[in-house]
Amino acid sequence: MTTESTKRDTVLVVVQLSGGNDFLNTVIPYSNPFYKDFRNTVGIADSDVLKIDDDYGFHPSMPEIGDMYKSGDVAIIAGVGYPEPDRSHFRSMDIWHTAEPSAVIAEGWLGRSIRELDPQKQNVCTGVSFGQGLPRAMYLSGTPAISVAHLEGYGLLTSLSGNKQRKAVNAFTRMYVPEEFEEASVVMNHIGQTGIDALTGADMLKVAPERYTSNVEYADDALGQSLRGIAQVHLADIGSRIFYAQQGGYDVHGAQIATHKGLLKDASRAISDFFDDLKSHDQGEEVIMLVFSEFGRRIRDNGNGTDHGSGGGAFLIGDSVNGGMYAEYPSLAPEDHISGDMQFNNDFRSIYSTILEGWFGIAPEQIVNGNFERFQGLLAGAA
Amino acid sequence: MATRAATDVGLVGHLMRRAGFGASASETERLAEIGYDNVVEGLLGFEQQPRPVEDLLERYHQDHADEESVKWFSKRWIYRMINSERPLEEKMTLMWHARFATGRSKVNNSPMMGDHLEMLRDNCLGNFRTLLLELALSPAMIWWLDQQTNHSDAVNENFGRELLELFSMGRGNYTEEDVRACARAFTGWTIDQTIPRYPNGWYDTNYVYRSHDHDPDVKTFLGETGSFGGEDIIDIIVRHPATGQFVASNIYRYFVSDTPNQEAIDYLASVYFESGHELRDVMRALFHSDFFKDAGYARVKSPAEHVVGVIKLTGEHTSEYEFGLASLEAATLAMGQELLNPPTVEGWHTGFEWIDSAFLIERVNFSADRLGNLDAPGVRSIIDRLPGADLSLTPDELIDRCNYELGQLNLEDRSRRVLTKELELHHDIPCAGGSSNPDFTEIAIEVLQMLSASKEFQFA
Repeated sequence: MTTESTKRDTVLVVVQLSGGNDFLNTVIPYSNPFYKDFRNTVGIADSDVLKIDDDYGFHPSMPEIGDMYKSGDVAIIAGVGYPEPDRSHFRSMDIWHTAEPSAVIAEGWLGRSIRELDPQKQNVCTGVSFGQGLPRAMYLSGTPAISVAHLEGYGLLTSLSGNKQRKAVNAFTRMYVPEEFEEASVVMNHIGQTGIDALTGADMLKVAPERYTSNVEYADDALGQSLRGIAQVHLADIGSRIFYAQQGGYDVHGAQIATHKGLLKDASRAISDFFDDLKSHDQGEEVIMLVFSEFGRRIRDNGNGTDHGSGGGAFLIGDSVNGGMYAEYPSLAPEDHISGDMQFNNDFRSIYSTILEGWFGIAPEQIVNGNFERFQGLLAGAA
Repeated sequence: MATRAATDVGLVGHLMRRAGFGASASETERLAEIGYDNVVEGLLGFEQQPRPVEDLLERYHQDHADEESVKWFSKRWIYRMINSERPLEEKMTLMWHARFATGRSKVNNSPMMGDHLEMLRDNCLGNFRTLLLELALSPAMIWWLDQQTNHSDAVNENFGRELLELFSMGRGNYTEEDVRACARAFTGWTIDQTIPRYPNGWYDTNYVYRSHDHDPDVKTFLGETGSFGGEDIIDIIVRHPATGQFVASNIYRYFVSDTPNQEAIDYLASVYFESGHELRDVMRALFHSDFFKDAGYARVKSPAEHVVGVIKLTGEHTSEYEFGLASLEAATLAMGQELLNPPTVEGWHTGFEWIDSAFLIERVNFSADRLGNLDAPGVRSIIDRLPGADLSLTPDELIDRCNYELGQLNLEDRSRRVLTKELELHHDIPCAGGSSNPDFTEIAIEVLQMLSASKEFQFA
């Protein structure tokens, strides 16, 4: 159990930007002449870029992330991808979720991580996802992971009156608890286990809003509210290690300038609110956040937006992250394009491996299916 | 399978859950007397039934009947699912909506979304070529996949790619060059008005073809070469073997089982090609197949099926002036299926992925709440039917009869044991008077609620 004298458990928050974030307009190579050539209409003017050095800068609607970068809390990992890029959202997201580029599987890398962190399944809230539905990344048959839309009012058969509810929940438990000697179908067992986990999880999570007080006012957008929920659960100290949140809408084939601006603005605000909240509770150090998207977008804009591309980028954020630029930004020179895309320099599984080993102290090879280079020095004081 | 009588209530109930959103036991009995084959023909020949009259919906739902709100179209659609005398039409429309996903999150224009839904309804059981063509002409789809920015001198691949990947053949059956050629063939297919869509109010947006923005050059697509336009591309797509597999496997997974069966899918694909891409013929073959008849409760219900199915049991929302459609719409959202707003261009993840801890809690809470409502006419009617000619029932009899009313779930032994144990204090349960007997009603409702909270109830 956590006490003041022991080091608290490390926690990972994964934020998924769904739809394919245009990394080229997120961390902008503003001094690169090719940027202006290829982003003739869907580009950000030099003068608007929030510059971090002579070559790169953040999108103008990300001032909070820009400030966190200056404080050394944001690591930028450019040129992230996987072999033989697939421009399908569905497939690409699956690849990120399962860490398996060559076959379609349903088991997620975070599900496998949860199994390592809690092999005895002592805590169904080891992994908690906020928003609409459990991501495939957290799914692993037989390993619990809790999905929550809103913490307030979360519970089973809550409309029944006291005694009736107790009786019904009791019967529910006996109907759902898997029995080893029974040969039920995989789906039936999944539903049974989910029911039991839901019941246990709901009991644990209901304390979170009650215990929570904060001076931080999150915005009303979905990501802001999800991160608020994550802060509530984390601060309730129920032993959660992996959290998940999502922000959709990044598939900007058209009307990109306005749409992308709004999305990054919400993301920047929500992420900074979240870390402010943790810090105000003196709990900033044990939480890091990985922000990723399933792919980047084409180098050349299509006149109004950008099409699916490969070679995106990711961020690792937190007090315990050594901020900075970690990977070489892919070349924009036409001779280096691959079918109109940036080449990727870093396999996404290198990021996963660095986090698994350096943050959770678990061997990454089994989880990402191979040995991938680690980013040296990315995590402060990491093993 | 053992031959089942065409008048088998269980078989007809299965048909109604798949071809529609289920039916009460009394309605299923009525249909079973007509006979399975006749019910199938009635479902397929739905044009003979009128669409429901919904004139009064907007008058009685002024709080929600906001022409500006796509959500209002979702509520109207739920009303339609509950009340349509053409259940297969709504069920097929829901399938195509998930497959040819377009959503409020991006389209955000109610006339466009409403027109799109009507387009799916009008073509849901027709020829697949027509359906794909109408899809390519649908302003909501054009906007959703940025087709209005696909120009001869600046190709936007979004629609072209998804047409091949998600709407027909699927990955692995074409090259990046085919995607490019496909997108080029659809240049010039656009809508007549894009800006300002607001603030001057929503208005209908029409498809328009701009020949000067169409790339007329020769293209090579799937090995064929010509100065193809969009219709030529669709012609090539619909006769491709992978498209037959796509149509067949979609229909199989949606109507038969979450577990694919290649032999059955091949059979449906062969009907697709033999019939000249007629979906009605594919569906007729499906309903008459043994693999369909044997697939009772082999699919996890989608949230829309769950919500509408429960409401059809409770007999609520059969008239336009009943309040509460908004709560049904909110319920499907909380269970992971916001109608007219799928999460991504791929629609929803289905099968066991409908069930996570949050969604399961919502499903159980919803069905237990609704079936516990004695004011609902369907609930009252179920309780009145339970006693039959008997004055008292054993616990097992009560469980059996309640299960029959809910559609003969495939109850596991354990669920039955748990329910029997719940009732162990009762040896004989006096049932005279049905719903006017408060003691009996309380016990019956408890059983109905627990059955609806079961694992087995999550299937259809």
